[in-house]
Amino acid sequence: MHSFTKNFLRGIIRSNPTFILLLGLCPTLAVSTSLDNAVGMSAAFICVLLASNIIISLIRNHVPVRVRIPVFIVIIATLVTIVDLMLQGFIPALSKSLGMYIPLIVVNCIILGRAEAFASKNSTTNSIADALGIGIGFAWAMILISLIRQLLGTGKLDLFGRHLFTVPGLGDNPVAIFLLPMGAFFVIGVLLALFRWMGVSAGE
Amino acid sequence: MSNLIAIFFGMALVNNLVLVKFLGLCPFFGVSKKLGSALSMGVAVLLVIVVASAVTWPIFHFLLIPYGAEFMRTVIFILVIASLVQIIEMTIKRTNLTLYNALGIYLPLITTNCAVLGITFINIDQAYTFSESIIAALGAGAGFTLVLIIMSGIRERLDMADPPLAFKGTPIAFITAMFLGLCFLAFTGII
Repeated sequence: MHSFTKNFLRGIIRSNPTFILLLGLCPTLAVSTSLDNAVGMSAAFICVLLASNIIISLIRNHVPVRVRIPVFIVIIATLVTIVDLMLQGFIPALSKSLGMYIPLIVVNCIILGRAEAFASKNSTTNSIADALGIGIGFAWAMILISLIRQLLGTGKLDLFGRHLFTVPGLGDNPVAIFLLPMGAFFVIGVLLALFRWMGVSAGE
Repeated sequence: MSNLIAIFFGMALVNNLVLVKFLGLCPFFGVSKKLGSALSMGVAVLLVIVVASAVTWPIFHFLLIPYGAEFMRTVIFILVIASLVQIIEMTIKRTNLTLYNALGIYLPLITTNCAVLGITFINIDQAYTFSESIIAALGAGAGFTLVLIIMSGIRERLDMADPPLAFKGTPIAFITAMFLGLCFLAFTGII
């Protein structure tokens, strides 16, 4: 049980995919314009990562080493297609606003990276722990960025159509640049510097 | 004709892959430290994007649509791109060893570059014709190369600059990308 906790905790902060490893930034920056998108994207991402880690760790002893990467890619692509179709069927509004970034989970380096570096070498239990840890690490990073961008960019906080609160002074004239693509670069740049300053991650 | 020109510049400048669509960020930050490697990466991506668009378009329109298998596009496209990259790599190795050495490890890495898969999806979603999707791919690749070269030029100078310690390296690169994006915002009006 000890290794389960260790594998689970590792992805959350110490090797956080977004802030420490700087992997899979495309969806993180592209769809973090609202909290709804961030929650939806994180959920889709965790589903795919968890399923792919489970399947790959189960078949790890049966896949010939030389063709393992194509096999992993086909498994991940199939899982992504399933998630994409489910979203289109059950939550069409969310599927529309996430657009092509859902099918693009296929080429997200985190998922293939975990398959190659972890799930293909470790037991299923440990792979589940790893997937959950990395998934939660991805989710909190994504939600933090989208929270900042939504609060500053629209001046208010909405979650799935429910209005939570308005930032005093920003409600009428929000800093719209945070919703533009440039705002995403700015927010992640400042957050990275902040984590270094706090000593969470190492500098250069 | 004017339609094709609009698509080319729209893809290259207004809807720039990196700065607006956030595709291909890994090579953008990973390979933009030196001008030479940035140029190699840009050319490699341009090549693969155009070939991938030329191959996936007929597959989608003449194979997947007639058989009602549009939902298979993610699986099929990624397999096609992975094999294409392998074929291009072998061809370049046989025909032009200098180019092969210049592209080096960047070519195989392109398989997992979301820019390539992203463009093939955009071609389908925008319902582009075959020639339009080739032009869109050319524009997207050219825009990617342009931004990569500008970024590497800036980063070579940034190495000598003296930002606050916490910002050194990657964080300041993100802030630079923000300013680059602001500059590209000015192109919005041209189309």
